[in-house]
Amino acid sequence: MYTLTTKLKVFAIILMVLGGLLTAVGFFNVPENEAAVEQMLSEEASHGGDSAAASDHEATMEGGNAMEHGDDSQMETGHVTENKEASLTSNEHTVTPHEAEDHSGSHAEHVYHQLVNRPWSAVYVACFFFFMIALGALVFLALQKVAQAGWSPVLFRVMEGVSSYILPGGILMFVLLLLSGLGLNHLFTWMAPGVDDPTSPAYDHIIAGKTAYLNVPFWLIRAGIFIVGWNIYMWNVRRFGLKQDDSPEGNIWYKKAFKHSAMFLVFFIVTESIMSWDWILSLDPHWFSTLFGWYVLSSMIVAGITMIALVTIFLKGSGHLEFVNDSHIHDLAKYMFGFSIFWTYLWFSQFMLIWYSNIPEEVTYFVARIQDYNLLFFGMVVINFLFPILILMNSDFKRINWFVVTAGIFIIVGHYLDIFVMVMPGTVGASWFIGFPEIGAFLFFAGLFLLYIFNSLTKAPLLPKGDPYLGESKHFHY
Amino acid sequence: MATHKIHALYNDDDILLNAVKQIREQRYHIEEIFCPFPVHGLEKAMGLKDTRLAVTSFLFGIVGLAVATVMMNYIMIEDWPQDIGGKPSFSFIQNMPAFVPIMFELTVFFAAHLMVITFYLRSRLWPFKKAENPDVRTTDDHFLMEVDAYGEDVDSITKFLYDTGAVELVLIDKEEH
Repeated sequence: MYTLTTKLKVFAIILMVLGGLLTAVGFFNVPENEAAVEQMLSEEASHGGDSAAASDHEATMEGGNAMEHGDDSQMETGHVTENKEASLTSNEHTVTPHEAEDHSGSHAEHVYHQLVNRPWSAVYVACFFFFMIALGALVFLALQKVAQAGWSPVLFRVMEGVSSYILPGGILMFVLLLLSGLGLNHLFTWMAPGVDDPTSPAYDHIIAGKTAYLNVPFWLIRAGIFIVGWNIYMWNVRRFGLKQDDSPEGNIWYKKAFKHSAMFLVFFIVTESIMSWDWILSLDPHWFSTLFGWYVLSSMIVAGITMIALVTIFLKGSGHLEFVNDSHIHDLAKYMFGFSIFWTYLWFSQFMLIWYSNIPEEVTYFVARIQDYNLLFFGMVVINFLFPILILMNSDFKRINWFVVTAGIFIIVGHYLDIFVMVMPGTVGASWFIGFPEIGAFLFFAGLFLLYIFNSLTKAPLLPKGDPYLGESKHFHY
Repeated sequence: MATHKIHALYNDDDILLNAVKQIREQRYHIEEIFCPFPVHGLEKAMGLKDTRLAVTSFLFGIVGLAVATVMMNYIMIEDWPQDIGGKPSFSFIQNMPAFVPIMFELTVFFAAHLMVITFYLRSRLWPFKKAENPDVRTTDDHFLMEVDAYGEDVDSITKFLYDTGAVELVLIDKEEH
């Protein structure tokens, strides 16, 4: 049995308290009203080119699109052509599809909404990120069960531990969605009152055409069904595993877990697609992409496997998994490597298809990201692709713990940034920054995640002694 | 003085593996082992060095990537930067996404093919090569181990090999070849 050490507990609680404080600072720092934002903007403008934001912006434009060269052939979209006419400072914000149609609102009003959104988005990104890790680990567990993998049963308890977080994570996720649905924040532009009312100034005929799908009650019901469905499987598979330990004769519980895992995978692949449309894609309600669900899935599964590997290495390092050998770590590292490439493949497929055809209604998504998030957008590809591929390509390195941990930290940070770049441009646009609320929310959920998963690891022996593949798994050698 | 080697034939891979371990403990020198199929752990038991084929493949892949990059940069950007459907051919980086499929495929192409050719060269395999098979049964169901008997007492080494489970022992005079 693993017991939660006080050190770890204190560490997690410190993370949570510190993270909570920083997040709170983020919420308090939101400007009070549009007038404050107007004043802030005019102060920034008086600093002129000295202001970091403006020079940053110029640099990203140079690097990303080289728009400053001004050739007509360089123009990416209609929006960019419009922006060129206006002065640079007045167009620092991203033109999100929603705003692009609504030129009536003042610039200050627009920036005010972005700044109000910022702490909410920071919490949303961190909450989804850790939920996603747990869900990815759960899917990996289901895959291992269905594939009757001979190597992984010794890691089942670690996978169950990591995926147990989908209960608190799912509840928090649902609460966040509920708060958004109740109108406490402005994350989802399609929820704004009047978008589907032709007489309203906020009317948006594109969103109005989607309200049969994008309406708050249906959206919340879907989210509820998904979270409950995934949690039922998580609860069941854990229960079946423990019962199999108590009565391994006949493998009754093993077979039950097998069937449930197969059903879960079918349920999951459908619900995961819809979940990614609902929770992430609908932040940019004018944009759509067919492989978005897969893209989120790849991010989810690679982050989940990485977390399994990190927790395994940690537990082995503290002497709790003596039956895990370096071949198991090697296999996990291979999965991290392979799924990192799979993620890159999907990222690039999505990017390149849209970049190549350059249809204005699709390409705004990437224009916003390349202009305002240049370093983050491409830096995250380097972190998520180049680092893992170079660190984990060598067969010997995959069995050396600190190599796997290094690659794992890159992958975790990289996929946080991945989610960040998925969410932020639609909610805060160019007003993004990685500051108090972002770091705070990440630390808070990291602390909660660690505390919860290590606490659930103490609930059962780390060796699933009733598993029919246990012997093979213990002697697994690659 | 004529040198000798002994061909010891085995009919089971487990027995072969055990024999290899015992023979190496006795410090007899194994020249070669012929098997009808890969025996897992044989190279470890024989103490062979790891292959470096993967390293060559990685390097060939880098060569392929460089070839693709240089080729596309020269053709599409430097030599004749035409406007083809509005693609920005002003610099390599601006048009890079369009080149990635080529860069990827050439990397794989070079890594795979050159590695295979390296393998053929290193293992001396080519279409009209004369087969070096000491006993035709080794391609079907027998394992043959060539043990160097130079400087050893032929009787005792034969006895020893027989005890390791060999089903047939042949003394070969090297000069007869």
